[in-house]
Amino acid sequence: MSASPTWTVASVRNALLTKKTSARELAKDFYARIERRNPELNAFLALCPERAYTQADRVDAAVAKGRPLLPLAGVPVAIKDVISTQGVRTTCGSKILENYTPPYDATAIERLEKAGAVILGKTNCDEFAMGSSNENSAYGPVRNPVALDRVPGGSSGGSAAAVAGGLAVISLGTDTGGSIRQPGAYCGIPAIMPTYGRVSRYGLIAFASSLDRIGPFATNISDAATVMSIIAGHDSNDSTSAALAVPDYAAEIEKPVTGLRIGVPEDYFGSGLDPEVKAKVQAGIALLEKLGCKRVPLKMPHTDYAIATYYVVATAEASSNLARYDGVRFGLRVQGNTLMEMYRKTRERGFGPEVKRRIMLGTYALSSGYYDAYYLRAQKVRSLIARDFSNAFEQVDAIITPTAPTPAFKLGEKTADPLEMYLADIYTVTGSLAGVPGISVPCGKTAAGLPIGMQIFGSHFGEARVLQLARAFEKAGGFSI
Amino acid sequence: MKISREDVLRVAQLAHLELAPDEVETYRGQLDEILAYIGKLQELDVSNVEPMTQMQPRNAAGASAGSEPELRDDVIVPCKVADAVLAEAPDAAKPFFRVPKVIER
Repeated sequence: MSASPTWTVASVRNALLTKKTSARELAKDFYARIERRNPELNAFLALCPERAYTQADRVDAAVAKGRPLLPLAGVPVAIKDVISTQGVRTTCGSKILENYTPPYDATAIERLEKAGAVILGKTNCDEFAMGSSNENSAYGPVRNPVALDRVPGGSSGGSAAAVAGGLAVISLGTDTGGSIRQPGAYCGIPAIMPTYGRVSRYGLIAFASSLDRIGPFATNISDAATVMSIIAGHDSNDSTSAALAVPDYAAEIEKPVTGLRIGVPEDYFGSGLDPEVKAKVQAGIALLEKLGCKRVPLKMPHTDYAIATYYVVATAEASSNLARYDGVRFGLRVQGNTLMEMYRKTRERGFGPEVKRRIMLGTYALSSGYYDAYYLRAQKVRSLIARDFSNAFEQVDAIITPTAPTPAFKLGEKTADPLEMYLADIYTVTGSLAGVPGISVPCGKTAAGLPIGMQIFGSHFGEARVLQLARAFEKAGGFSI
Repeated sequence: MKISREDVLRVAQLAHLELAPDEVETYRGQLDEILAYIGKLQELDVSNVEPMTQMQPRNAAGASAGSEPELRDDVIVPCKVADAVLAEAPDAAKPFFRVPKVIER
């Protein structure tokens, strides 16, 4: 079998400079891969070859003229279908936006293309990014390229599967409670949730506004760092984006990790953690120690309350954000005799079961008589969880945990029990609530060959430190430990 | 706390969701289970804890450690996508979105 080569940002660049391939040929090759592989993976929902080839030709013209190559020149990219792309259908994995074409590009998209990236298409995801397995998509589940009977994780399952399956070199996902890191772990690739406010969300279709973040998937840390430097930074169209200088992450990652203090919270290694995952992550921590990191045992006592907190905060925000889908301005409209009837019929037909469940949960938590007991209390517990992190970062430079309690589960295994599905995010939601950055890096496989993820949390805007540890781990062979 | 059928119907009405009769019972059971789990938040003493209402990291003095969101100048910027937005509407009569009659005859 002539295996398709694994392309990286560096190898694409090299191939373009040495004229071994052109950006157009490369895009064509990736579309051929997608045509072959997507029927079984279902990772892509829409392709935009016209846009991709126009951009590829622009790159090739620059190469022909001997102009310096842009940082992502000719790199084939996949975009989660909750991020707006002008002229390219964007469904959020929902029937309610089945025919929606955004009138503008998200800032992250604009920045990627300005850096030379070639956008191939839009990737499948759980409806409105609500899910941990990609089984809540209205357009069918995605399969894990490593094990086809397994889920790729969610909600950015299509973006993870596209990169892990060799159908894109890098991709963008979004993370609200674990939706980048958990599929990264399940598919065996690095996956970054940046600090809240690090990457502009202009053009990201909102789920939970105090949690949502855009971040990259890649096959290696250097590529992930390059993408981070491009998409990060202040944007006047997003008042929640931070006006802080963006480091050259790719230059930062090679710095030595000797002497860094890595916190290991015992609360993330208790019951419910699969023994094979536990053993590999512990081996990963031992490897970091061997590289000169100092292990510091930690207690983060509110970890156990994170899922409960998250499912109040996130659903409350979702119930408010998703009020805009009413059949008036965009998306599906189901006619009714009155305005109210039109709203109700449109939302009944357009939303899937998990979205309805979360809207109802959030509406309940915000409703008169329950607000104090649920929403206000959850916001207070959220402060306690954030305090666990700020206390920890007074003692350590990074926190190491498993990304998910188990490896990828089988399709259909958890669909009957929403609460059990929610618990797949038990180690990721904490960082989401606290606003800190986190990465999932591959950390070996189970005996059955399923990827395991190790999570590295950093302090606010400490992506460089996180990437530095991830790179040292990668270089020392940690990915296949 | 037990969630009743009436609770589900009330919440669905607030959220403008229409539920089929069999859905009501399914959601009732699921919401009940999820809310029972969320009930563990009651275990914690939060009497002296401020709710986390904003996401910018703060230092002990309460000042923003990262960046304060900057307000941009209050100037009118033309919306260049108005036509494209209206083109996406299920029923538009430029420059309006058309909906069923709201005012009773």
